[in-house]
Amino acid sequence: MLKKRIIPCLDIRNGRTVKGVNFEGIRDAGDPVELAKKYAAEGADELVFLDITATVENRTTLLELVERIAAEIDIPFTVGGGIQSVEEVRRLIWAGADKVSVNSAAVRRPELLSEIASEFGSQCLVLAIDTQFNGNDWKVFVKGGREETSLQTADWARYAVELGAGEILLTSMNHDGTKNGFALEITQAICEAVQVPVIASGGAGKAEDFASLFTQTKATAGLAASIFHYNELPIPSLKKYLNTQNIPIR
Amino acid sequence: MIAIINYNAGNIRSVQNALTRLGYESVLTDDPATIRAAEKVIFPGVGEAKSAMQQLKAKGLDQVVKSLTQPVLGICLGLQLMCESSEEGHVDCLGIFPHKVLRFRGEAIVPHMGWNNFESLNSALCEGLDITANVYYVHSYYAELGAQTSAVCHYITPFSAILEKANFYATQFHPEKSADIGNLILKNFLAL
Repeated sequence: MLKKRIIPCLDIRNGRTVKGVNFEGIRDAGDPVELAKKYAAEGADELVFLDITATVENRTTLLELVERIAAEIDIPFTVGGGIQSVEEVRRLIWAGADKVSVNSAAVRRPELLSEIASEFGSQCLVLAIDTQFNGNDWKVFVKGGREETSLQTADWARYAVELGAGEILLTSMNHDGTKNGFALEITQAICEAVQVPVIASGGAGKAEDFASLFTQTKATAGLAASIFHYNELPIPSLKKYLNTQNIPIR
Repeated sequence: MIAIINYNAGNIRSVQNALTRLGYESVLTDDPATIRAAEKVIFPGVGEAKSAMQQLKAKGLDQVVKSLTQPVLGICLGLQLMCESSEEGHVDCLGIFPHKVLRFRGEAIVPHMGWNNFESLNSALCEGLDITANVYYVHSYYAELGAQTSAVCHYITPFSAILEKANFYATQFHPEKSADIGNLILKNFLAL
């Protein structure tokens, strides 16, 4: 049986892992390669690295980091943050990334998704969506959550998959950093809107939150950062708990 | 020397990284002479079957792969290209295995992405493992079951997780991304 995936996310700034709350208030959380190795050894199913600075001068640093990660770890990993072109994707994949995630640039220019998918295949293309509930609708936000767009989240997900996105990484900004549980409703709405795997992100605080995610939605993966970085919920205990709940886990 | 056939886009270095971690030297190459001379050959691939076949043919590698006599390991798209034909782009493939490659049908999530165990297992590559071992998959097309199927995985339908025939081996999953289990499978292949 296909297992549900537990995915630690490492936000990268200047080569270090950092973690903010509600997209703000950055704290240092360690060396990405060391953390990546630790997570892989503990049973993480995949890893996601997001370069939150994503400036031109940081690109070389990021590529070197990706090469080091690829040399050291033996599970799949995704790299994202500020990706704007097929050329950047080519460099990241050549450096050893298994998948790339795109966000704002795809909103600005959706054809980027079809360009990446046609050259490298949908299997390596993750569309990251930052979403927030405004009282009526779930809307797509860009630029690290700083800018609201007119896009409805489910519409955007559906369109992006048509263009070639092979997976959706959905972050609820309302939930991110709160540790009050995943955004179950919008996650399930996106699962129903598309036929590709959906990774839920934002709000994980305890093992029960993952159990709710996997029993109440069709998400195939749950992503979290701080609870893993600060060892509040070690991956082995999380997996042990999910096993007792009869959730298929590796 | 182990040759890793380099013929299309995609994360081909992950195979080389895995071999390096296991202590094996390897070379990424599209040179027929280097491939023929290698002790072992790995035939990876990600992407789309039709364009991958075109790239193989353009480099004359289709004939090279078919004629190899040393142990060959196809991975993911590599497995599919070693089959008779693929529904992806409706293309004739290398025909090493007589299996057809079909697209997953139905309402389920495609691609089949993540860790899955075996439904049955009788492969030299999996010496030391049982059916509970989980390996990492990412694919939207699969090889149907047949006489050369030596391991079965189930997602939507049972499909060939491993194919074997004489010196040819192929895995639908990615051993190079399957942590300890994958390392063991690679070691088993390298020890053939």
